[in-house]
Amino acid sequence: MVERLEHEVDSGAVPAEGEAIRDRLIEILAEVASTARAKIDLSAQPAVLMMVGVNGTGKTTTIGKIAWHLSKEFGLSVVMGAGDTYRAAAAEQLAEWADRAGAELVRGQAGADPGSVAYDAVSAAVARNADVVIVDTAGRLHTQDNLMEELAKVRRVIGKLIPEAPHETLISIDATTGQNGLRQAKVFSEAVEVDGVVITKLDGTAKGGIALAISAELGIPVKLIGVGEKLEDLRPFDPAEYAAALLAD
Amino acid sequence: MFDQLSDRLQSTLSDVRSRGKLSESDIDSAMRDIRLALLEADVNFKVVKAFTKTLKERCLGAEVMDSLDPGQQVVKIVKEELADLMGGTGAELAMASSGPTVILMAGLQGSGKTTACAKLAQYFKQQRKDVALAACDIYRPAAVDQLVTMGRRAGAHVYEKGTDADPVDIATWALDRAREERRDILVIDTAGRLHIDGDLMKELSRIRDKTKPHDVLLVVDAMTGQDAVGVAESFAEAAEFDGVVMTKLDGDARGGAALSVKAVTGKPIMFASTGEKIEDFDRFHPDRMAQRILGMGDVLSLIEKAESQVDEKSAEELEEKLKKDQFTLEDFLTQMKQVRKMGPLSGIIGMLPGMGAMKELKNANIDERQLDRTEAIILSMTPAERADPHLIKGRRRKRIADGSGTRVQEVRALVKQFDQMRVMMRSMANGKMPDPQKLMRMSGQMPKQKVRRR
Repeated sequence: MVERLEHEVDSGAVPAEGEAIRDRLIEILAEVASTARAKIDLSAQPAVLMMVGVNGTGKTTTIGKIAWHLSKEFGLSVVMGAGDTYRAAAAEQLAEWADRAGAELVRGQAGADPGSVAYDAVSAAVARNADVVIVDTAGRLHTQDNLMEELAKVRRVIGKLIPEAPHETLISIDATTGQNGLRQAKVFSEAVEVDGVVITKLDGTAKGGIALAISAELGIPVKLIGVGEKLEDLRPFDPAEYAAALLAD
Repeated sequence: MFDQLSDRLQSTLSDVRSRGKLSESDIDSAMRDIRLALLEADVNFKVVKAFTKTLKERCLGAEVMDSLDPGQQVVKIVKEELADLMGGTGAELAMASSGPTVILMAGLQGSGKTTACAKLAQYFKQQRKDVALAACDIYRPAAVDQLVTMGRRAGAHVYEKGTDADPVDIATWALDRAREERRDILVIDTAGRLHIDGDLMKELSRIRDKTKPHDVLLVVDAMTGQDAVGVAESFAEAAEFDGVVMTKLDGDARGGAALSVKAVTGKPIMFASTGEKIEDFDRFHPDRMAQRILGMGDVLSLIEKAESQVDEKSAEELEEKLKKDQFTLEDFLTQMKQVRKMGPLSGIIGMLPGMGAMKELKNANIDERQLDRTEAIILSMTPAERADPHLIKGRRRKRIADGSGTRVQEVRALVKQFDQMRVMMRSMANGKMPDPQKLMRMSGQMPKQKVRRR
């Protein structure tokens, strides 16, 4: 990116003064950050979304926000699958979000097989003719091979029920995460096909610059950003706005 | 954690050690390498600058220049400065002289506070203390439920008032109860909060003022990038924390946050959380961690871990068996179970000295699944077969393979490898060290089951 900018200034395409250079840099950053695939595909009936990511990145909260937006703004019916069967009170946490978002919850017993909960949730969505089903998964470090294998299995189970599903697999990346975010996206997408990134906690001081690397090096677009803990705090990714914020003081 | 930094520092230092007398330009060059290694490990650039400045001053001084072995001196200095960067010999928690010791946990959302509370509870329970937890996160859905469940598993009492009370009130009420019920420890869990959220930071200050904790711990996710420094500084101002709990250290993040926080706030890392299970929690020893990063191993931690799993009597019995060549597959199974209880082997390998040099072993990618299969094979054998594996032919071999979900070749390979190992261990028990090349060849013989990818 820097090389490209240098070249443009050298060739006179961009005037060699501060303001103009800064503006052009923002444009270039925005270009790198945007891809045509930044929309979330909800055309299937039901559309199946799966949330994955490392522990503490905001998967469950993001599901609550997505469900709320889909139901309130688009009038869609949403089913949530409590696929985190490992963490204490994870299903209770998602239940609270389902309540707030006006979605239905499908859960299993604590310690149940995550694949079976995913299966039940997708089946229920089909049976009730729901528009969207969102499957939550337990947070896991990408360094744990067996857990990545488990995730791949959940995806296979969903795919057996509805070919092509999950239609959207989103990975949540915490904006405060450093370079490791790229590693996370790479390893997770080797286990399951990751279609998009949600950068969470952008309301803090971290700028989430790693999203650019994920987009440029792995070709995985950022689709959503999380900007707070409330239901409304979710926005579609705007490359120009993001690039400007990156360079802001 | 720290793998990349470790590799680069060890490479730079082994270069320095190989040089004999060191010129100023040798030192300069080493300092440049170290500076780059730290920057690439996500260490804050201000911290790197100060660190390499101190390092360089010491390295250009008489300590190194007049020494008989300057290379070795440089290594010693790097180790000391690296340890100091993370907190020196490690601070102790302040304990109450009477009444409960109050520990307040704070940090960003998702850093791992609630899990850390339960782990702290377990840590103190092992010291036979009576532990109570206070559930002051009324914002995050089901946070109270989570603490109640995890707290119970750790054997702690949980004081909670649901989500309708004010967190400051819950904290003071919990402290009163902890005093009445004569608890030894009270750990206060709080909601994750942004360091720039004025209202919530004020709430944290009020909880601190009212409960007067003996220790305030900042919980930091080890994957945090450059932002870690700003976060730590803000929390230091609002909560004046005493130490840091680093979480998710079992990841492969470069670890820069860990190295920057103490430098910037002056507060040491006190605890390390290395996994999701409640036992995956330890005191953090900066000097031992510095040793591990520099490839000097951490024998103390290894011994501590081993001691907690092995009792002396059974260790002596084992030695006798090895000497008399009476070591059976049954014994091997017992040993394997004990070793595996110490945690993932990849973690233990890092504690062995000299592992930096034996790169092939480190990258051998100890496949835990392979160990599962080995265990399954032995478990499918009858006691007679475990005692005398030569019984295992044809039909028995097939039965064992079927019973363990493995192949006949794997069963045959296990028996063969075990035989070789027994011979080697007999000579070890009688005082002869094994040839590392032979070890490598042996471990390569176990047929690996290919993982079927999607």
